[in-house]
This record gives sequence, C-alpha cells and structure tokens, in this order.
Amino acid sequence: MNLTSRSIIPEPLRQLPWKILSALGLLTLFGSAVLYSAAGGKMMPWALVHMVHFALFLALAIAVSRVPRERFRQMAYPFYGVLVVLLVLVEAVGKIGGGSQRWLNIGFMNLQPSELMKPVIVLAMAHFFANLPPSMTRTWRALIPPGMLLAVPAALVILQPDLGTALAICFGAVVVIFMAGVPMWWFMAGGAAGAVAAPLAFFFALHDYQRKRVLVFLDPESDMLGSGYHITQSKIAIGSGGFFGKGFMNGSQSHLEYLPEKHTDFVFATMSEEWGMIGGLFVLFIFFIVLFRWGMGVSRRAPDRFSQLLAAGITATMFFYVAINMMMVMGLAPVVGIPLPFMSHGGSSMMTNMICVGTLMAIERWSRNSTSLN
Amino acid sequence: MARRTTPKPITPGMLQNSFDRRSIILGTLQGAVGVALATRMGYLALFENEHYKLMSESNRVNLSLIPPRRGWILDRSGQPIASNRADFRVDIIPDRLIDKDKTLAELGEILQLSPIDMQDIKDKLDKARGFQPVAAGEHLSADLYAAVSVRQPDLPGVVPQRGFSRFYPSGPCVGHLVGYVGAANAEDYAKEHNPLLITPGFKIGKDGLEKRFDAELRGVPGARRSEVTAGGKIVRDLDTREDIPGKPIHLTINAGLQEYAARRIGTDSGACVVMDIHNGDILAFVSMPSFDPNSFTDGVGRLEWKMLADDDHVPLRNKILHGLFPPGSTVKPTVALSFLEAGLDPNESVNCTGGLRVGNRVFHCWQHHGHGQTNMWKGIYQSCDVYFYYFAQKIGSATIAKMLRRMGYGQKFDLPFPHQSYGTVPDPDWKEKKYHKPWAVYDTVNATIGQGYMLVNPLQQAVAASRIASGNIVFPRLMQNAPIRASEPLGVPKEHMDVIRSGMFEVVNGRGSAGRARLPFPNIQMSGKTGTAQVVGLNMNGGNGKIGAWKHRDHGHFICFAPSDNPRYACAVLMEHGGSSAAAYPVARDIMTWLFDQQKAMDVLLPMEKEWGGTPQERMAAKYRAYAAQYGVTAPQVDNSEQAVEAAVAGPPDNAQPPQPIQTDAASPDAEPLAEGAAPAAAPSPVPTAPPHP
Repeated sequence: MNLTSRSIIPEPLRQLPWKILSALGLLTLFGSAVLYSAAGGKMMPWALVHMVHFALFLALAIAVSRVPRERFRQMAYPFYGVLVVLLVLVEAVGKIGGGSQRWLNIGFMNLQPSELMKPVIVLAMAHFFANLPPSMTRTWRALIPPGMLLAVPAALVILQPDLGTALAICFGAVVVIFMAGVPMWWFMAGGAAGAVAAPLAFFFALHDYQRKRVLVFLDPESDMLGSGYHITQSKIAIGSGGFFGKGFMNGSQSHLEYLPEKHTDFVFATMSEEWGMIGGLFVLFIFFIVLFRWGMGVSRRAPDRFSQLLAAGITATMFFYVAINMMMVMGLAPVVGIPLPFMSHGGSSMMTNMICVGTLMAIERWSRNSTSLN
Repeated sequence: MARRTTPKPITPGMLQNSFDRRSIILGTLQGAVGVALATRMGYLALFENEHYKLMSESNRVNLSLIPPRRGWILDRSGQPIASNRADFRVDIIPDRLIDKDKTLAELGEILQLSPIDMQDIKDKLDKARGFQPVAAGEHLSADLYAAVSVRQPDLPGVVPQRGFSRFYPSGPCVGHLVGYVGAANAEDYAKEHNPLLITPGFKIGKDGLEKRFDAELRGVPGARRSEVTAGGKIVRDLDTREDIPGKPIHLTINAGLQEYAARRIGTDSGACVVMDIHNGDILAFVSMPSFDPNSFTDGVGRLEWKMLADDDHVPLRNKILHGLFPPGSTVKPTVALSFLEAGLDPNESVNCTGGLRVGNRVFHCWQHHGHGQTNMWKGIYQSCDVYFYYFAQKIGSATIAKMLRRMGYGQKFDLPFPHQSYGTVPDPDWKEKKYHKPWAVYDTVNATIGQGYMLVNPLQQAVAASRIASGNIVFPRLMQNAPIRASEPLGVPKEHMDVIRSGMFEVVNGRGSAGRARLPFPNIQMSGKTGTAQVVGLNMNGGNGKIGAWKHRDHGHFICFAPSDNPRYACAVLMEHGGSSAAAYPVARDIMTWLFDQQKAMDVLLPMEKEWGGTPQERMAAKYRAYAAQYGVTAPQVDNSEQAVEAAVAGPPDNAQPPQPIQTDAASPDAEPLAEGAAPAAAPSPVPTAPPHP
C-alpha cells in the first residue's frame, strides 16, 4: 500500500488513515444534518457547532497521533493521578456549591474529568499490564493493583452520580484486564459475583432516580408520562420511521417535542424517524468500519503488548458508547446518559472520542514504524 | 514458584496467543451486539411500524371538538333576545394542571385578574372534577388572548380558545324569561356522557327557555384536527369540520317592550305581563329585579352570590311563574260578571256607609267614610268593598269561584316552563278538602275583594284582562310555532261585558281610582282596575300598608286593556310590596304608552332612570363595584352557589304556597287611591309614599 502511493503530500499527512477519517467525517455531517432538522431547519445552535467541534477535535486527534509510544507510557500514571485529583476536586466543589456537579470551569471550557478518565484508565491499565512480568499474570498481583486503579475513579464518578460514565470506565478497564490474559475463571467468578451484587446494588447503592430508570426500563409502559416516557417516545420515533423514514425535516416526534433530548442522547431516534432503518444501518455500518474493522485491526497488528492492550481497550471504550446508546434508544437498556459518538451534540463526548481515534492512529503509526524498522 | 502441581511458566508467547484468542471473543461479542442492534431496529421499524406510526400520529394530531354555536332566541320580529358573540376565552382543565398555584399566579398576572376573580377561580377549581373545564376568563381582548397563547407552553392545563359565547343584549331584562346557560356540571355529565359537555366553552341551558329548548338550541359540534406539541401548543390546524349552529327559537315577545317594561319597573320588585288579546301572544314577560344571565354563563362567584342573597327583593325568584299574590280588587270586575250572570241588575245599589254588618261582625270598606249609594259601575270604578260584600252574600261563593276560574284564575297554562304556580280560587269544597273546615261568611267576603285564600299570579291577571277585553277564552302563547288556540267566546252576554268594561273605563278616564293612569293620547283610552292587597293583618302594620317595613307593605296591582273602544292589548302589573295600586298603574300606563308611541314612553322613563342610577344593567354593575369595594375577598364561600342559583331560579314545585302567611281571617281592605284630587299627591316616583288615608 505504502509503496504505491508516493506523492507530493508530506509523509505525516499521507500516513493518516484517510478512509477512516472520511467515514467519521461523513457520520459527523450526517449528524449535523439531523441536528439541523432537530433545530427546526437552522444551523444554530447545534449543527454548525457540531461541525466546528469535529474540525477542532480532529486537529487534537492528529496531534495525539504524533505522540511517541514512550511519551504515552511515561504519561500514563501522571495523567491518571491528575484526573483522580480533579475528580476529587469536582466532588469537593459540588459539595461546597451545594449540589452535584460533573465539570470544572477552567476558563475557556467546562472540563469534565470523568469523560477524560475513560481513555486514561485504559492507558493506565495497558501500561500496568505491559510492565507486569508475564509470569505474574495469573497471580493476585495481576488483579489487586488494577482493581485499586479502577475502583478509585469508578467510585468517584458513581458518587457524582454518573452511572453511565462509571460503567464506561469500568468496561474499558475490564476489557484491558481480560485481554491481558488473566485467568478466565476470574471473569466467570466476577460475573457470578456481579449477578449477586446487582440486586443488592439495586436496592442499596442506586439513587432513587437510577432505580426508577431501571424499573422503567424493565416495563416502560408502567410510567408512560414519567421516566418511561423517554423510552416510549424514542421507540415511537424509531418505529414510526419505518424503512425509508418520514423524510428530512419531517419528523413529528422531534419537531413537536415529544422526543426528549432529541439533539443529545436520543439523536439516533431523531435520525431514525426521518431517515428510517436505512439511516440506522448507515450509522451501524460506519461504526462497523471504524470499530470492528479498523479499531480491532489496529489492536491485532499492534507491535507490542502495551499497544495491543491500549488499542483493544480504546476500541472497547468507543464501542461501549455506541452499544449502550443505541440499546438505550431502542429500549434494550435503561436510560443512562450516554451520547452517540459523532452524532450527538456535545463537545465533551466529541473530545473523548477524538482522543480515542487519535490514540488508535498513533498505535497504527507505531506499528508502521516498527514494521519498517524490522 | 512451583507451588502448583503442574507449574507452567508463562511466556510472552502464551500471552500473545491468549490475546489473539480473546480478541476473537471480543470481536465476536461486538459483532453480536451489532447484529442484535440491527435486528432490534428492524423489529421496531418494520415489524412494529404500523403500531408506532399510529402512536406517532396520535401524538401529533389532536382532535378537539368545536362547541356548536347556540341557536338564537328571537322575538316576534326577529330581533335577538339571546344571540352569540365572538369571544376569546381561557379555561383551566383541572386534571392537566401540574403546579396549580404557580400556574394560577402566572395566569392571574397575564390576565390582570383581581383578587376577587382569583378567589372565584380557586373556588371553582376546588369544586371542579377531572376534565371539567373551569373558565378563567371570558370576553378577553385579542391582546390578552394572544398573551396567554404565547405563554401557553409554560402553563400546562390552561386552554386559550376563540369561540362564541352567549349574549343577552338586554341582560337582566330577559333573565326570568329565557333563563341562562352555564358549563355542564358533574350531574349533567353523569346523565349524558357526551364529550361535548366537557369541551371548554360549551354551555348548556340551565334554566327557563334555554333549558327547556336546549336540544333544539344546542346544534352539532364541529371538530378540529390540529398538530400539537408535547406541551399542548397548537402548531397548525390540519382540517376542520364546521359546527352546525343550533336552531333558532321564535318567541311572541316584543323585545323592545320587554326591555322597556323591565326598565320601567325600576328599583322596585315587580312583574308585568302584556298580551295581545287577539291571539294570546305574550308580548312582555317581565319579573324584576332579575339576575343578569350574561354574568351567570361563567359561573357564580362569591360576591355575586352574596349580592343576590342579600337582596330582599329576591332577584332569583320569578314572580310571574313562582310568585303567588292576593290579587286584591283586581278581581272585582270578574266578581261583578258573576253577579250579572246570577241575574243582578247592575243598577241595583247599596248604601255604603263605610262598613257592612254581617252577623255580629262589621266588614269595613277601604273608604271608611263610605261611598253612599253605590251601583255596579260605581262599585267597580270606586272599588267599593261594601257593594261586593253585600251582593256576594246574596249570590254565593260557588258562582263567584266559577266565574273567576273561567277568567283564568287558578288555571295552569300550557307554557314551556317546568313549573308554574297557579294559585287558588277558593270555594267551600276546596276549603273542606284542604282545611277540613266549613266555609265561613268571611271567606266569601275575602274572596270577593281578592284576599284570604285567593292567590293568583300576574300571568293569570293578564289572561283575565285579555278575556274581559275580548270576551273570548284567550290562552297565552309564548312560542311562535305553538298553535293559536281558537278563541272561543266566553259565553258571557255582551250587555254584561259592556257593564264591567264601562266600569273599568271609568276607573281610568272618569271618577275612578286610577285617574293618573290615563294614556297621554287624545284618541286612545285605556280601561283598567286597581288592586291593593294586604299581606299582613291590620294589627301588624299599624293598620297601614303603605309605610313601615318593606315586606309588610301592601302589594300594588293593576290590570288593564287598550284601546278601550277596540281592545288589542291587555296588561297586568304587580308591584310587590309597592304600598298600593298607585305604584302599579303608572307603570302600566307607560308600558301601554310604549305600544302606541315609543318615543313618548321613553321620554317618561329616561329622567326616572337618571334618578335611579341608570338602566338595570348599569345599576347592577354599580352595585357589584360597591360590593367589591366593601367586601373584597371576604365574602364567605358558598358551598354550591351554582346549584343554589339553579334551584332558586327554577323555583318551587307547582303551586307551592307563597312564603307569606295566608290570611284566613277577615281581611280589612286597605285604601285604594282615589281619582285626581282625592288621590294621594301625584308623585312621578314609582314608589309613592302615600300618606295614611284620611
């Protein structure tokens, strides 16, 4: 491949995975079209900002992709440490402010440390397992330190309370632990323990509103005008769209405000109503290309254990966004506030996902460099 | 290191193998999730598509009923007595309220409601159930309506609407004639489970003709399909089916006369019925004071209720249909007819010395000085009681009662009202049945002068006047489509009629008791008969029914017909506790004048109205303002003011006895005013404060 495409374009630019970036650009443009319609045929306040976010954070992703592997490994624990401190700070500010809060105002933007924690926990985990001598992967030392590493931020995020993000953090970390080769029966045992803990957590750990969401998920019609409303209206939007959709700008569920959060968490429903199943399959197809083909492929081709684990974890984190969001809007998961990457309006999620994309691009670059060295 | 039975050193190669295996597991898992998502999407969008399409449509499209325009109520010439006017209104649906207090406060601010209005709305909301709309504002300006419409998304449960509302151009003047309309209450809805009843802005007839002809007047609702947001805001109308307005009903009433009569009664409590003697058409049907049906359409507030309840003139009572009054001397022409029929020579006379001894009792004439030689003519025009005492005993009460009934007294007429109090024409059989007591001499004496057990309503008096004027059995008629009952002759010889008609002519135009009732025309004369009826025994009021507590004063009556030479119109006026017939006949005179020359009649009325403080509508508005200033929001809450009003206006069941004590003892007639000169000082005021009679 590399041999054929010699041209005047400078090497670093030529090395970027343009197919993948075009696919993401296409998805973002499609997202902008949906947001344009959701705003009643206006570029503001969502569609234009969405595209600006994409451009801005694409630059960030390219910058990330240029970072050498050693710098990644060096920065893994310091980043992790800083984010834990920030999470504590968020909690403290929230307590002082007399309410729960998820972000810190750092002047030019609201920084949401829990959002950044999603890729950083994967980074820290990958770093840990890359350093762990292979012989220890089946001992307690392969479990207790990563367990601690995960427990602290997960607990802090649950306290915020932000169940969705905490689950995303856990999912990324657990995938890295799994891929690192710890014994399979630990996961079985963990799964069994989870099955026991889940009902306990449901009754003792969850907040009332979270418990209600779970109950409503199990039976949306039980609360048609309350929490079940979200799920029901979303299913109506998707179901009424049919195969070809109602047509651009013709979604009654979104335009008449029956659909809640039509521009953020439920943007997939907004899209499905107007573009139908065709649009839905298009979105699924893009994610298939980006995550399944590219993300997993990068992980398989990665030159070393750290890169492998990092790529797998990052892909899993992005997958978690997509899977949970789409399951939620289609009534297969409870309502947790998780946006759909590159479709939902919102800077934080775009930033996290672009950092993930940048990281994958970096790993791809490392593997290219190592092959060329060999 | 080698603690296990099979110590297996782990190499990076083994880890790489495990990674490869596990990434296949992870990939498979992701692929499976992807397939599951696509399947779910297909299930929702293809398999369940119809179902969700329907739900989406039912979200999007809101079907609302358009209340039909109510049929008009028209007078004999097609002039509206009740019509509809385009109206902006705001209703509250209790079940859709989320934060009642907040929404109410905001709405109050937008509509600039006074504390009294707010209190009334809260009262109504407390009583309303479910989806029963509560009117928060009617007859709003377009600006206020727009202000509410704009804010509607923030005001769940508030429904601004433009439509039509009932309008009674002359307000209180027709209250007791047509009744009123109002929002359906829970019982109405229980009777008729019609979604129209809980459509904001829809009104049903609550009383009178509005209630009786509700089915005809109601019409067929239209429907509007409109696109609505989740917040209930209407984005656009999709299609509309027009309503079919209710059918109009045509009355025999003359709207102008009705209004004039109501205004002319003034601040007093009075009733007036005017009839066309040719066909029985009721031209005016007035009971005042009345309620303003316009103000009842959106319910009855605390202050309004207090105003009505405090009024000792009982505005909610329909005096024509539910009031029963001793008719006093107005029955004398009829009694005289019975004398003639019994063969009495009208020239036969009796010497009135101011009283008549019957057995060991003396029955007084109202004229204590006596009338001297009195024949039938003089008995009528001077209203001499002794003349009637004397001959009534000779002829007997049965003959008299028969003639009274023939003239319409004690009769119930076929009119479209649910209840009619038709009173009593007493005779020995009746008394035996009712009181198990034998007929006494004083009973005859009382009946001949319209006192005692004798009770009539003003409609019967107008009918009697019509029958005397025409010599036919005239039946009253209110609906233009009601058949005219062929006027059979009464069967009274013309010579008899001529006698009493000339006596009644003399009452007004000669030496009679109502000289001031003369019509202001050189060529049109009116004939009539006065009546002053006692309501309490002599000793209770110091023997004078003209002064003292209002409710102890005598009732003033006047029956008449005009023109005397060729009768066309008959009229009965009652002034409840008016003091004497002098309160009644000037009113009758002006009402009759209106029929012949409206301008002349108005010229008399307007200066009086200036003194009274304006038209009935203006006076009610002023009174309301005074009440609002005095009581504000402190008026007590009425448990069920609307039902109370409904019950009060509907009146008692047929022929319930009046609240006043019935005089079963011998009545002593009160003074009739005399002709000019002898009459009490002629006052233009409708409330003559006649001095005690000499």
